[in-house]
Amino acid sequence: MTLPGGFTRRDVLMKIGILLNGIVAAILAVPIVRYLLSPVARGRKGGYESWVPLGNLEQFPSGQTRLATYRNPIVNPTDGDTAEIACWVRNVDGQNFQVFAINCAHLGCPVRWFPQSSLFMCPCHGGAYYQDGSRASGPPERGLFEYHYRIESGRLFINAGEMPTPGSPTASNIVTEIRPCV
Amino acid sequence: MRLIESFGEWLDARLQVGTSIRETMEHRIPRETSSWFYVFGSAAFVVFILQIVTGIMLALIYVPSAGEAWSSLQTLNHNVALGWYIRALHGWGSNFMVAIVLIHMVQVFLFGAYKYPRELTWVIGVFLLLVTLGMAFTGQVLRFDQDAYWGLGIGASIASRVPGIGPWAVNLMLGGPIIAGATLSRFFALHVFVIPGLLIAFVSVHLLMVLKLGINEWPVPGRIVRKATYIKEYHALTKTDGIPFVPDAIWKDMFFAAFILLSIGLCAAYFGPFGPSGPPDPTIIQTSPRPDLFFLWLYAVLSFLPPSMETPALLIGPVVGILALVLLPFLFGEGEKSWRRRPVAVLTILLVLVALATFTHLAQHTPWSPIMDAWSGDPIPPEFLHSRSALERQGALVFQVKQCHNCHSLGDQGGKRGPALDAVAVRLTQDQLIRQVIQGGGNMPAYGKNLSPAETTALVAFLETLHPAGQQPARNASRALAIESGTSVPSSSHQ
Repeated sequence: MTLPGGFTRRDVLMKIGILLNGIVAAILAVPIVRYLLSPVARGRKGGYESWVPLGNLEQFPSGQTRLATYRNPIVNPTDGDTAEIACWVRNVDGQNFQVFAINCAHLGCPVRWFPQSSLFMCPCHGGAYYQDGSRASGPPERGLFEYHYRIESGRLFINAGEMPTPGSPTASNIVTEIRPCV
Repeated sequence: MRLIESFGEWLDARLQVGTSIRETMEHRIPRETSSWFYVFGSAAFVVFILQIVTGIMLALIYVPSAGEAWSSLQTLNHNVALGWYIRALHGWGSNFMVAIVLIHMVQVFLFGAYKYPRELTWVIGVFLLLVTLGMAFTGQVLRFDQDAYWGLGIGASIASRVPGIGPWAVNLMLGGPIIAGATLSRFFALHVFVIPGLLIAFVSVHLLMVLKLGINEWPVPGRIVRKATYIKEYHALTKTDGIPFVPDAIWKDMFFAAFILLSIGLCAAYFGPFGPSGPPDPTIIQTSPRPDLFFLWLYAVLSFLPPSMETPALLIGPVVGILALVLLPFLFGEGEKSWRRRPVAVLTILLVLVALATFTHLAQHTPWSPIMDAWSGDPIPPEFLHSRSALERQGALVFQVKQCHNCHSLGDQGGKRGPALDAVAVRLTQDQLIRQVIQGGGNMPAYGKNLSPAETTALVAFLETLHPAGQQPARNASRALAIESGTSVPSSSHQ
């Protein structure tokens, strides 16, 4: 049977078949894409960050910088040790604190604190930072990432939950002095 | 024997593939193409098969969970009979595969095989290089140790620099806000399902095109590729001076493949498996993460790029590189094939090779990184302390205690981040030394806040002694003049 316009009945049926599959594919694509984007969608809605305790204030003597660890606020059963995150706590003067991310502001390697020379040094590409987290030398474009902190009933809390990276929104919120290369 | 033959006939009567397989195997290729230069593609394919087989075997034991992957690797290494050897085969197979794919690419480039009508074969080949590197990188992540953990951090930091979607890209790559269980699971899916699927698809198309279009003829200087005449000339060549691929040419591929497989087997037996290094516990920060061999050059580039150029170079560099490779056959699809008449091509290869080798070599020594324990582990060689005053020796102590040694070497010991100080007194006067220590500069941190005046005095006194025996230390001529004039006219003040 030939319909007006030169189409046969089977031509039309085949095209309807393609259309049907296209529609079904589009419908199924919605949950698939939503599933794939879940890490992004979750992060934007509620945010990944919350206040986590780092320990009692006595653990961080005045004028010193100490390593602290916390368990990431969002954890899955398969995370193992990777949910334990380290950070550097600097007790500036007994009243004020600075809490630095362990991740170098260049490419995220773990920086180490050297109290003798009051420098943070990175083992990967040679970034170095002063004790206040500002850039001292090397490839980083900025100072160390800093967490917001608060003190409640003798305990130190930081707002954490997301790995800080040079482009992350949390990183840009924090005002850290970017020193020009002297 | 008769039984096998009759079973074969029974099978082919139903499968109906015997004729086309025979035709494919016996297709005619130019005589000179049966060369030891044309064995790399098939060798890469054979190594890929080895990777599939060993990969499936590893998957029998490996647990793709951030909490258990590392210990399952330990189980493979120590508790499963020859588990270490299968891991070693897979690891060495990976290195060989990347190397052979690169050699294959260089050969194809130098022999002009990407020219008409094999442009698409080359483009698919570029994709194959990318997925092979993708396999190497994701495989390094599955060896879920400290290097893998911090390597992911580097990957995330690079992804975060993409303008606009950076933070989203990080979350997508990590499968969440941090490097954790979801991260390993998705790299497992990439390494085991997605990228191998792409690899198999690309290899099939690549191979099909080699068969359909015919293998590249041996390039002869002066034999120019022209779109109008090439295909006719090629067919004439295979007709007049061609040989069947099986058995006249394939034996070289077989010999080379066997040689490569044997080399992988020997390397695996002799050198053993790669890692794993320390457990992926981010609270263990006493670590110096290093990428695997084929990404070392990138690691070096990242430390040498000036900060302002880094993000553009990281984001635009790969795009330009891939685009150049993809566009190559379309821009230079005709003309000379022989490398003897293509000096620019040869120079390009040499330049890229020298650059990659240099960066890889540098990355094995990381002169840009402070040596984290030089201050406590590398003593100052005795000749730098011999017959020095108490103050100067006190300065040597300051040099150690303040971690100067982490970046500066003395007698070849210590870091290479800053200049060696064996003869620093020849280069800098006392005033310049003081200024440099206190204010830093030229990539050196300022130590003004971290050194007391007494420490600075001692340190500079020590540094002033660092000059070769026959060479005078640098001095400020104008200052000497001022002091001289001061002594000649005692009444005048030179304060």
